[in-house]
Amino acid sequence: MDSMQLFTRQTKAISTARRSLLIIESIPGIRYNEIVDVELGTGEIRSGQVIEVGKNTTVVQVFGGVSEVDLLNSKVRYKGETLKLPVSPDILGRIFDGSGKPIDGGPPIISQKYQDINGVPANPASRMPPAEFIETGISAIDGLNVLVRGQKLPIFSGSGLPHNKIAAQIIRQASLKGKSEDFAIVFGAIGVSYDDAAHFISNLEETGALSRAVGFINTASSPVIERLSTPRLALTAAEYLAWEMNMHVLVILTDITNYADALRELAAMRGEIPSRRGYPGYMYTDLASLYERAGRISGREGSVTIIPILTMPDDDITHPIPDLTGYITEGQIVLSRPLDRKRIYPPIDVFLSLSRMMKEGIGEGKTREDHNNVFMQSYAMYAEGNYLREITTVIGSEALTDRDKVYLNAADRFEREFIAQDENSRRTVEETLSIAWDIFSMLPEEDLKLINEAYIKKYLPEPSRSE
Amino acid sequence: MGKIWRISGPVIIAEDMRGSQVYEVVEIGEERLNGEIIGLEQDKAVIQVYEDTVGLTVGEKVTGTGEILMAELGPGLVGNIYDGVQRSLVTMKDEVGDFLHRGVRTYALDREKKWHFIPAMKAGAQVEGGDVIGTVQETGLIEHRIMVPPGMSGVIDAIEEGDYTVEESIALLKSNGKTWPLTLMQRWPARKPRPYKRRFDPQDLLVTGTRVIDYLFPLALGGKAAIPGGFGTGKTVNLQQMVRWSQTQLNIYVGCGERGNEMADVLQSFKELKDPATGRYLQEKEIFIANTSNMPVVAREISIFIGITMAEYYRDMGYDILLVADSTSRWAEAMREIGARLEETPGEEGFPTYLGSRLSAFYERSGRVECLGSPGRIGSATVIGAVSPPGADFSEPVTQSTLRIVDALYSLDVALANRRHFPTINWLQSYSHYADSVDAWWEKVSPDYTEVRNQALITLQKEAELEEIVRLVGPEALPENDKLLLLIARMIREDFLMQSAYHPVDTYSNPKRSHLMLSTIMKFSDFARGLAEEGMMVSEISASRIKQRISRMKDVPDDEIDQYVDSIRQDMAGGAASLEEGGV
Ligand SMILES: Nc1ncnc2c1ncn2[C@@H]1O[C@H](COP(=O)(O)OP(=O)(O)O)[C@@H](O)[C@H]1O
Ligand SMILES: [Mg+2]
Repeated sequence: MDSMQLFTRQTKAISTARRSLLIIESIPGIRYNEIVDVELGTGEIRSGQVIEVGKNTTVVQVFGGVSEVDLLNSKVRYKGETLKLPVSPDILGRIFDGSGKPIDGGPPIISQKYQDINGVPANPASRMPPAEFIETGISAIDGLNVLVRGQKLPIFSGSGLPHNKIAAQIIRQASLKGKSEDFAIVFGAIGVSYDDAAHFISNLEETGALSRAVGFINTASSPVIERLSTPRLALTAAEYLAWEMNMHVLVILTDITNYADALRELAAMRGEIPSRRGYPGYMYTDLASLYERAGRISGREGSVTIIPILTMPDDDITHPIPDLTGYITEGQIVLSRPLDRKRIYPPIDVFLSLSRMMKEGIGEGKTREDHNNVFMQSYAMYAEGNYLREITTVIGSEALTDRDKVYLNAADRFEREFIAQDENSRRTVEETLSIAWDIFSMLPEEDLKLINEAYIKKYLPEPSRSE
Repeated sequence: MGKIWRISGPVIIAEDMRGSQVYEVVEIGEERLNGEIIGLEQDKAVIQVYEDTVGLTVGEKVTGTGEILMAELGPGLVGNIYDGVQRSLVTMKDEVGDFLHRGVRTYALDREKKWHFIPAMKAGAQVEGGDVIGTVQETGLIEHRIMVPPGMSGVIDAIEEGDYTVEESIALLKSNGKTWPLTLMQRWPARKPRPYKRRFDPQDLLVTGTRVIDYLFPLALGGKAAIPGGFGTGKTVNLQQMVRWSQTQLNIYVGCGERGNEMADVLQSFKELKDPATGRYLQEKEIFIANTSNMPVVAREISIFIGITMAEYYRDMGYDILLVADSTSRWAEAMREIGARLEETPGEEGFPTYLGSRLSAFYERSGRVECLGSPGRIGSATVIGAVSPPGADFSEPVTQSTLRIVDALYSLDVALANRRHFPTINWLQSYSHYADSVDAWWEKVSPDYTEVRNQALITLQKEAELEEIVRLVGPEALPENDKLLLLIARMIREDFLMQSAYHPVDTYSNPKRSHLMLSTIMKFSDFARGLAEEGMMVSEISASRIKQRISRMKDVPDDEIDQYVDSIRQDMAGGAASLEEGGV
């Protein structure tokens, strides 16, 4: 794979094979974390990685495990390198597996340029704060949880919820406001079913996005270790397109839960002391090494925007996978089973959802002057209606004041008219805001205290104002 | 000089290291990666490496520097951005570009830049550690006081006004027949507290501009506080608000294991925002440490100590410093990771058993002190740490160990975040042990402070009790006086406690403004009770113009707020009649 590799270093001195580990007599020049090939007596080759190296012994983790490894005939070949991806403009339109090999029947990528899939951290002083509004056409996102270029904004889903549909809708519709400039799409499928992967690709094909897309696909039946390399390959491709080809790149990574489970599995095989629910203590840092690759760099044209998708085990948002993700990403779009049962699409729970980069992306000149006020008033209104809905389940709605009943009603309308929309509807941000204003007009005007009075005059629909 | 013997993640073991000392800084391999010895056994040294160890090989050389990890202290710190081991990220950007390649060395302080030094004494003066021998105008806001390093004393010679780099001699110090050059820069071991004469109890309010903090749970200069909360509850925004608006002379922001975009955002905003007291750019009173989550983990641990050492250094000049650390949990996790590599016996949830003592080693360096040397000075360093409990569960070890140390707790509440009540500082769970000591400070702003504060706290407490009844019988079934209490509590929450960091006017609330707002609400409470006694329904009171005007106080700029509030108060003095005129 690597053109700079001049000679191979090889040894047969394996002293122990246990769990997924080999303990090997050291030979000079072994590099920490370098990749190895383990050749079994049968001729089968498995890859592995140096996870500890000492003067006398070296520990190698074999991906795929040590079954059938025998201490007499197996060989270990040191490759002298960490995993690299050849990059060139030709990667667009191509599909690879989790080790970077093409699986679309096309030719291998020929390039002089190999990039380490682990990337290099951006200097915080070189970063440019993300601020460009991406119009997804989805009101619950554009109105209340705005996505901006260079952000990392995951979708927290549950099994059976329509996260793939939402991701596909975002890919179809996302563009900068008022522009038709398209994103390049990088798609990393981690441990997904073959059908899901195929479906995603045909989706890209149908919308004509495939020619500006790159896919890395690790299906559920391919090696577990490649669950760890798949997102890194995807992000390496994305960084190349963004920082060297000046493209705006949208990266979809699905499903991070499979990634984290692979991380746990490999850590357990090394005999590491686990942290919460068996996941390794360094999972925060490991996930950050993926998510932090989103961003903008000042003086460079392109951007990397990441939408990781994960399914919350048991719909539990405090589970370490969503929890640690939420601690790293710039917000989260959370899908709700109750809304889904009410047949509301997209079933986005706006209370649990958040976009931390929103304030930079909205307002005059970006979306509209009243956006932040509308956002805050919507939450106040919906929260109040929702609270009243909760207490009426116990006491019935007769125990409410007339004012309370208005709020109850407003919350229902908010779900049915603002949050819900068709899979194919692409609302402009102005349309989104005016739906909210329309619902505000039900409320007593003095309740709109989170909105600047000038905007009330300008945007509140007439019927309510003349009352 | 030793050689690498074993490599395991960020920890390496080197052999042939006899003569080294614990905490000595070493350089590793061809690329001279930075590391620190954390243990010695026979000829072997256990070393934590501040940079990525991928690709290192056994046998590469390891060189001791003979020094323990020092912070560089001198003009040029303010406005700068550092990584965890105090390399200037600004310099790195200029010299190696946008990405952080390892093995790059840069100084914390620029070696070329000249600073104008003005002596404060003449040759022949007898000096000792802490004495101010002169000043440098570091930024428009910071007069950098050049001090004799602690522990040195003697007679000053050859002191002269002029332009100097941080390494050039600005004066000579003669002592016991020897002569030492004094420079603008001094160095100090980061893990060691800097000395002072004596400590005082914190008693002056640290004005943060956040109402719920300043008014209900005040922090004192020299105090220590923690701000725990689940993700998205506002830890970072709160800390950013504090370093933006706090009425201290210098603030230090330690981003430890957190987001790069967030760092970029805060850096940018400090270039654009102005200090309310002086009208100058905030960047002129700020130092940043940015060791983001994708930068080497080991450097998280030292970054906090580098930060607090800088805080103490400016404290020693007689300034009030605020240091915020976001997040101490990432710092603790770094210790856990190193501990695991060393195969130490872990404590709770895998954290090292010394977690608590390491946390206090940090927080205990806060304080309000009489500084060493003359002229006599009092300075303070206030410390606030964010804590990121997994699953927002405060029973975990980092939160619990921190609570045993700090004197103020700002407990962030996920439920409040979900409905976008910001700041999410929970008024029933938060506390400040400084409340009593800063009373006197507040009474100078207004003698009725204590009473207004207590009334508000009691109202909120009662609201929480009534809330349970409401859930059983509904709001309509309550007697009118309880409805009124709920109305007032709601006003306290929505019109006083809620404070958007993004509101152009309300983002910073000075103490007087805060007091005007809350005392007006409490006056309205008395006024409304009067009306209710005369038979007016709470629903009518709630729809009144006066109440609406109170709910708009946040939009009123500082220079109009007196007048605005006065007119509300006058109308209230007019009783029920005024309510009608105003149009119910
Ligand atoms: N005082 C505030 N005013 C307005 N919005 C806030 C405030 N505090 C927090 N927020 C909102 O909450 C989001 C999350 O806050 P943040 O400080 O990033 O949380 P944490 O650091 O606890 O994860 C912010 O992006 C912002 O939208
Ligand atoms: Mg934060």
